[in-house]
Formats: sequence, C-alpha cells, structure tokens
Amino acid sequence: MNAPGSRKSRLMAPIAETGHCGLFLIRMLAGLRFEHQQLISVLQQIYLVGARSLVIIMICGFFVGMVLALQAINALQQFGASDQVSLLVGKTLFRELGPVLTALLFAGRAGTSIAAEIGLMKATSQIDAMQLMAIDPIQRIALPRFLAGLVSVPLLAAMFNAFAILGAVIFSIGVMGIDPGIFWSKLQTGIYFGKDFVGGIWKSVVFGGLVSLIAVYFGYYAKPTSEGVGTATTRTVVLSSVLILIFDFIMTSFLI
Amino acid sequence: MRANYQVEVTSGVFLLLGIAAMLWLATEATDYGMQVGDDTYRVTARFSNVADLKDGAPVKIGGVTVGLVERISLDPVTFDAIVELQIDGRYADIPTDTSASILTSGILGDRYVGLEPGGALEALADGDQILITQSAVVLESLVSKYLFNTGKEEGE
Amino acid sequence: MRDPIIRISNLVFHRDSQVVLDDVSMDIKRGSIVAIMGPSGVGKTTILRLISGQLAPLSGSVEVNGHLVSAMTRRELYNCRKEIGVLLQNGALFTDLTVFENIATPLREHTDLEEKEIRQRVMEKLESVGLSGTEDLMPHSLSGGMARRVALARAVIMNPKIVLFDEPMTGLDPIAMSTVGRLIRETNDRLGLTSVIVTHNVAQMKKLVDYCFILASSKLVAEGSPQTLIHSSDPAVDQFMNGRVEGPISYKYQGNPDSASGTPS
Repeated sequence: MNAPGSRKSRLMAPIAETGHCGLFLIRMLAGLRFEHQQLISVLQQIYLVGARSLVIIMICGFFVGMVLALQAINALQQFGASDQVSLLVGKTLFRELGPVLTALLFAGRAGTSIAAEIGLMKATSQIDAMQLMAIDPIQRIALPRFLAGLVSVPLLAAMFNAFAILGAVIFSIGVMGIDPGIFWSKLQTGIYFGKDFVGGIWKSVVFGGLVSLIAVYFGYYAKPTSEGVGTATTRTVVLSSVLILIFDFIMTSFLI
Repeated sequence: MRANYQVEVTSGVFLLLGIAAMLWLATEATDYGMQVGDDTYRVTARFSNVADLKDGAPVKIGGVTVGLVERISLDPVTFDAIVELQIDGRYADIPTDTSASILTSGILGDRYVGLEPGGALEALADGDQILITQSAVVLESLVSKYLFNTGKEEGE
Repeated sequence: MRDPIIRISNLVFHRDSQVVLDDVSMDIKRGSIVAIMGPSGVGKTTILRLISGQLAPLSGSVEVNGHLVSAMTRRELYNCRKEIGVLLQNGALFTDLTVFENIATPLREHTDLEEKEIRQRVMEKLESVGLSGTEDLMPHSLSGGMARRVALARAVIMNPKIVLFDEPMTGLDPIAMSTVGRLIRETNDRLGLTSVIVTHNVAQMKKLVDYCFILASSKLVAEGSPQTLIHSSDPAVDQFMNGRVEGPISYKYQGNPDSASGTPS
C-alpha cells in the first residue's frame, strides 16, 4: 500500500505522490452520501477537531490582536495617525493572519491528531478489519475527518478574528485611549466585505481542506508501526505549513 | 446514544459560535452594514477629474451615506470621467438640480462623492445624469496654481 | 459431500521477490473447522488475505463458494466479503466506538434495519459470547479475552458462511483461550459456518479443529485430522507438533533467496 513512484526518479516522485493524493481525494469524495449516519460522524469529527481546537484559537487570536494593535499604534504614531490602528489591524487579520495562523494552529492541533489516529488504526489493523467488513475505510474514516476540517477551519478563523479584534479593542481603546467611535467607523468604512472578509473565508476553506486532506492521506498511508505513525504526523505538520504559505501567496495574488 | 447526544450538542454549539463570530465580524467590522440594500437606483455624473476616487467609495448627503460608487470609466470622446452612483431606494426624492462633488474626508482621508441637493421639484430617477459637478481638488495643482499666481503678482 | 466452500489450487505468492507461498493447494469443506498451522512467518496470514481478496496471487487460484476471488471487481469483492467474517489478530476492535457500535457497524453499513432490530441482533450475539451488559463499554476497558469475544460477535453479526480467524488465541491466558476455543466451536456448529483458523498453538488446535494444514518453508507439508498428524512420521510435522529445535525447519534467518547477503527488511 505504499505510495507509487517510490522507486522512480527524485523529480517524478513528488508529482506521482500529488497524483496519488488527488486520486485519494476523488475516491474519498465519491463516498459523499448526505445520509444521517454520515452527518453524525462528521458532527463527531467537528467536535473532535473543531470544538477542541477552540480554546487555543481564542487565546492565540486574543494575543495576536493585542500585539498587532501595539505594533500598529507604535508605527502609526510616527505619522500622527494612530487612529488608523483598527484599519491596519483589521486588514491584516481578515486578509492574512486570521486564515493563515488558524490553519497553522489547526495543522498542529488537529492535523497531527488526525494523522496519528488513522495511523494507529492502521497499526492496530482496524483499517484492515474495516476493509474485510466490506467497508471502504477511505470513505468511512477519512471522509468525515476531511469534511470536518473543511467546515471547522473557516469557523475557527472567524473566531480567531473575532477574538483578535476584541484584543485590539481592549488594547487600543482601553490602554492607548483611541476613541471607540473612530475605531469602529474606520473598520466599518475601510474593511471591504467582499474583498477582505469573503476573501479571507475562501482562504480558510482552502487551507482547511488542504490540511485535513494531507492529514488523512499521510495517516492512511502511514507505515503500520509506531515509527511510521510518528513520521506521518511530522510530515503532516511540515507539508501543511509549507503548502499553507505557498497557497496563501497564490490566492492573495489572485484576490487583490 | 447518550455519549452521541453530548457530542452532537457540543459540535452544534461550536458551529453556532463560529457562525455567530462570522456574522458579528461581517456586520460590525466590515462595510457590510454600510452597503446599500437591494432596492437601489443608478445615476451618473461626469467629472473632469476624479483624482483617486475608488469603486465602492461612499456617496453622502450632509455626511450621511446614501449610496456608493459602482463604476468609474472614461468617456473615450470627451475624456470625462463617468462615475456611476448606486443610490439607496429610500432616498428617491433627490432633486434633479443636485450637484455632485468629489470631496476628501479629513486632510488625508479617502475620497467620497458628496451630493448637495438643489431646489427642483422633480426627483432624480434611474439612469439620470447629475449635471452640476465639481471635480476633485488635487493638491498638486492647487499648490502650483498658488505658486503661479504669486509669481505673476511679483512680476507686475 | 458437496463442493468445498474454499478451494485453493496451486497458489504461488511472492512478496518483494521473496517466495511466500509456493504451489499450495487446499480444499476446505463446508461446515468444518480447519486450522492452517506452521511456524511464524511462513505465510499463514497471507493465505487468509488471499482468501479475503486483500492480496492477489502471482499464479494459481482461490475460489470461494465457486467464485474466483482474483477475478472480482472491487464491488464484487465487497459483496463477497459480506459472506465472510474475519477476526484479526488482537481483535482489531474500533477504538473510538463502544462495544455495541463495534458489533453494529456491519449492520449499519450493509442493511437498512430499524434501530430496534439492530439492537436486538447485537444483544443476541453479545449474549451468545457471554458478554451481556458490556455494550456501553469502550474497547480499551475490555480484557484481551473479552475483546476477542466481542470481535467474534462482530465477525458473525452478518451471519456469514465463512469465518476467518487470524491467531485467535495469541496473547490470552489459558482460561480465556479455552473459552474462545469453545465459543468458536459453538458458533460454528450453531450457525453452520465454516471456520478457518490460522494458529501456531498446537494444544488448542488438537482440541478444537476437524482438519489441519501444516505449512513449512512456503510449502504445504502435511494435511489431515489432528490425530493423524500427531502421529505423523514426516520429520517437519513431527518437529512442529512436538516443538523440537532440531529438524528440517530451521530457526535461523535464511535471508532473501535471491541475494544470499540480503539485508533484513
């Protein structure tokens, strides 16, 4: 069950692996049934990967918002424009930091646990057992986790942004004494719903799909040993992080 | 089934929280609330210079946003800038002799279109054109005009 | 007697150019309990995987109920597997589901039964393995023997015709071993199954099975009822059945036959 192309040239191997992963995705999505049973398992995974990442997302969001406000006010004061802080913080959050940091945190928190869980299922021959029961484990195990990631990451990113704005509000209004009216009106006139907000959501949908696809793929093709499971989790984090940043650049250049 | 139920409730709460966060951000922290509703009408205005007016910039009467700039294009014959304005249907009684000018919020702020209502009895309708316009004041031309004027005075 | 339910003929299987099975033929009779025995690493589990279609043979054929396994499409294979129950090493229970959900999984996946009916069938099987009352436990809180019995209940929940057991006794204490052994016999006779057991536990095998195949060095070296095999004069069979160190079956690592200096993989 090794990924094909392991013996091919170094150049072809990543291409072959990408193709293999694409076929994996197609086979997984072919299992979409919109049934009650599947909905339940997706909800279960949303609980496991989404709801459990909530606290870390909220804490990180809050402090990122505070530090952004601190840096922005610091820089803007030199031009006497510190009342523009909310605009700067908001643009940064909605367009970049919200989706990217959420996806990176999600890769570390949930991506690893998905890869490790599926890898362990393989090591304890649960995947085997499932195949022998004539149940396709890609559709039964991988699909709900993938869908849960797809749904959870945008919601987590929204929560990250909400708490970051809260952090920025507390710092700039509470500590630095920026006028709340100016703070909110700058947000409401300067942040565009279409480009900034919806664009950010699109990014996090793509990142969510990317991270959870990589996690289920590496978990599913992990070598069924404890070392193999460890490798799968490491590769999940490394490849997710790199691809998030690459895709971020690509998507940003199309969004602007 | 009991364990299942708890999971469903928790993920339900998570989903609702996420959606709530999205709605809050969309309405409070973006220009979503500022956008005009579905019921709008369009009028155009010609300016000789729109400076750095952008699509989506607000249209204001007396400081209150009543619409937004939908499109800016250039007339290929007269080289006037044609600005299409989308005005909220609630403000349907703007007189035909209203004047439009391109203004700046603050000294360095964004450009917006300010409307100054006239006294005519007929109201602007969809597709009409605002005839009285005042172009953007460009700082550089203002400065050079000032320098030019003073230079002329000194020469006399 | 009708045709054998499983017929394996001239089966050859290689893994990474290493011969695992070489010209193995077996007929497995309907309704019997059959053991496939041999030293560790001789390809016993491989035979189970060939029967269930997880692996494809290099040459030779595997027929289950008259159908050629290697010629099946994925869908046909999945349909065929619904007739086969499998109990893997250590049970392979789904760790994220309760005992009840574990047993109910095949029913939920392959039938449209009402929740009430599923509950009734699951509780019935659970009772038949003597574990009523454990339905809400998670697998990690079960002992090894209990987990094996739950896995047995799960393997027969679809009322299969064949049940494959991969080392059902390994790692159990003697009492649990006998319990599982007796349950296999009871289940087999009550449901009219055919059971194929892969094991290297000679003592249990003697008590439990009707017929026995012994593999050594990739080949089938003997077959027959346990009684005849114990008194076999074949040196390899005698060595295995009585657990002798000296004999034709070497305990030394023999390496890759293609390259004598091959590194262990």
